[in-house]
Amino acid sequence: MQATVPNPTSTPAQRANMLHRAGANFNRLVLYVITIVLSLLFLFPFFWTVTTSLKKSVELIKFPPTILPETPQWENYTQIWGLGAGINFGQFFLNSAIITGLALVGQIISAFLVGYGFARFRFPGREVLFAACLSTLILPPHVTIIPLFVLFRSLHWIDTFLPLIVPSFFGGGAFTIFLVRQFIMTLPIEIDEAALMDGASRLGILFRIILPNSGPVIATVAIFGFIGHWNQFLEPLIFLNSARKYTVPLGLWFLRAQEGQAGLPKDNLLMAGSVLATLPIIIIFFFAQKYFVRGIAMTGLKG
Amino acid sequence: MATNSRQVGMGGTGSIGQQATPYRLGMSRRRWLEATQGYLFIMPWLIGFLAFTLGPMLASFYYSFTLYNVQTSPRFTGLYNYDYAFTQDPLFWVSVKRTLVWSIMTVFPSLIGALFAALLLNQKLRGMSFYRTFFFLPHLTPVVAAAILWTWILQPDIGIFNTALAKIGIRGPNWLQDIHWSMPALAMIALWTTIGGNKMLIFLAGLQGIPESLYEAAEIDGATRSQKFFAITLPLISPAMFFNLILGVISSFQVFGMAFVTTKGGPAYATYFYALHLYQQAFVSFDMGYGSALAWIFFAAVLLLTLLQLWLQKRWVYYESAV
Repeated sequence: MQATVPNPTSTPAQRANMLHRAGANFNRLVLYVITIVLSLLFLFPFFWTVTTSLKKSVELIKFPPTILPETPQWENYTQIWGLGAGINFGQFFLNSAIITGLALVGQIISAFLVGYGFARFRFPGREVLFAACLSTLILPPHVTIIPLFVLFRSLHWIDTFLPLIVPSFFGGGAFTIFLVRQFIMTLPIEIDEAALMDGASRLGILFRIILPNSGPVIATVAIFGFIGHWNQFLEPLIFLNSARKYTVPLGLWFLRAQEGQAGLPKDNLLMAGSVLATLPIIIIFFFAQKYFVRGIAMTGLKG
Repeated sequence: MATNSRQVGMGGTGSIGQQATPYRLGMSRRRWLEATQGYLFIMPWLIGFLAFTLGPMLASFYYSFTLYNVQTSPRFTGLYNYDYAFTQDPLFWVSVKRTLVWSIMTVFPSLIGALFAALLLNQKLRGMSFYRTFFFLPHLTPVVAAAILWTWILQPDIGIFNTALAKIGIRGPNWLQDIHWSMPALAMIALWTTIGGNKMLIFLAGLQGIPESLYEAAEIDGATRSQKFFAITLPLISPAMFFNLILGVISSFQVFGMAFVTTKGGPAYATYFYALHLYQQAFVSFDMGYGSALAWIFFAAVLLLTLLQLWLQKRWVYYESAV
């Protein structure tokens, strides 16, 4: 046996140490390779969407498929943005922006009122009510969607934005209330007491002291809320009827269902639509990632 | 020593001993004011809860015993809807079966996948926040957008997936339109969207909460990598595991959007999930009474399952005791 020893002058101990370090380095290398390969795997569908969205229609049916577009067709984006009268991505974006924006405002204001109420006041039944609030987290939306449809129909709210906005003004959802309450409870109660002594009203304390000091939790709530409202599918599907009022996800679904008919978009345009639908979410997440992760960590799970 | 412990007792939240200042019938004026203000502050939620949650729940419960098509007022039919679901509706059991198969196919793989992803993304590697974002992005994608891009990728003739399979000599099926492959194809898409999502972040938070000193102590005792994992990591993240399991099962039961957009329940009802059946009955056939019965059967199943898991957790979830 002729073993090739890397360095004949080194002692066995040194060699063992080197081997150990080489092993550790090798492990790290493996970790990097796994992480990067998996990242690429998760990313690939996005990459494929973007490249497809920039191809010409005729290039779509080429076999084997081209990886990158022969010449990027940026006009695919302007086309889907301004497709037909009222039924185009520009309109869908406007609708989604109105709904998401207003719902978010309602969600934040009402969640702060309610969260403050649960965090700072003692009243009979508080624990029971808070438990009731939390228990709605596991309530499947299917149980309430039918009567809600009946309710909104009797209010003549069907095919308006109201069913997608108004409920947010009433508490803003159990998860949001929970996050806000938990956060307010970490603020020292002495601030409230001092302000009360000085004759401040409770509402004044909430809006002049608590709210300005709640930056992180507002960011967290806003991100979760934005994503939730923007991506919502079942509710707009049931509460909206006319295509001009559709939100971005619903409009995308609508355009897809019409695919192939004259004058309506092909796959490359739908891909452009998918990119446009996802982009706001990705931008928000990119800039506010840490608040998002913190929000998840705040669900009260300790390791 | 004695005085010390008494002070601790008084400082605690319990209303023991000294705290026994009588809680009179009726509250003092200050307390009464505080309570009133408290109710006022939570009023938005309380109204919303009554109007948009509890009220609708009760209404739906009532509808479930009626024949109701929205146009005319509900007509009471007793247990007919429930009887129809269990004994006559051929699609009821089909949709139940599909949904259970779906849960089995997706819940555990995505749980294990999320745990693996969290372990990986908890390492100290350069560029970690980028990797985390990449893993997380599929979860953020609107379901319709994800459906469109996956339909395109899985397109049988010119799709990139089957093209890649052909390179290694496999003839890929017509994924989403094949009676045998549509369910696995949907499951694959679901794994893509869930592995790096909330479950992974919850695991990550759990992992980051484990004190480093435990691992150091184990290393001194000569524990191997897998010993550390099974004796420290796994027990300490079992609460996160439990939380993820409950939410995972509940949300797997609700599977709707992806199937609604890609397969519409087909082909030949191969992906006809419960929520699709409910939607079909309530909002296509406008049989609101029957739809409500389906909703309550669903709710009862979710509730039972959650209670069962709550009961089972005592056997396997490890909660750190105080200190």
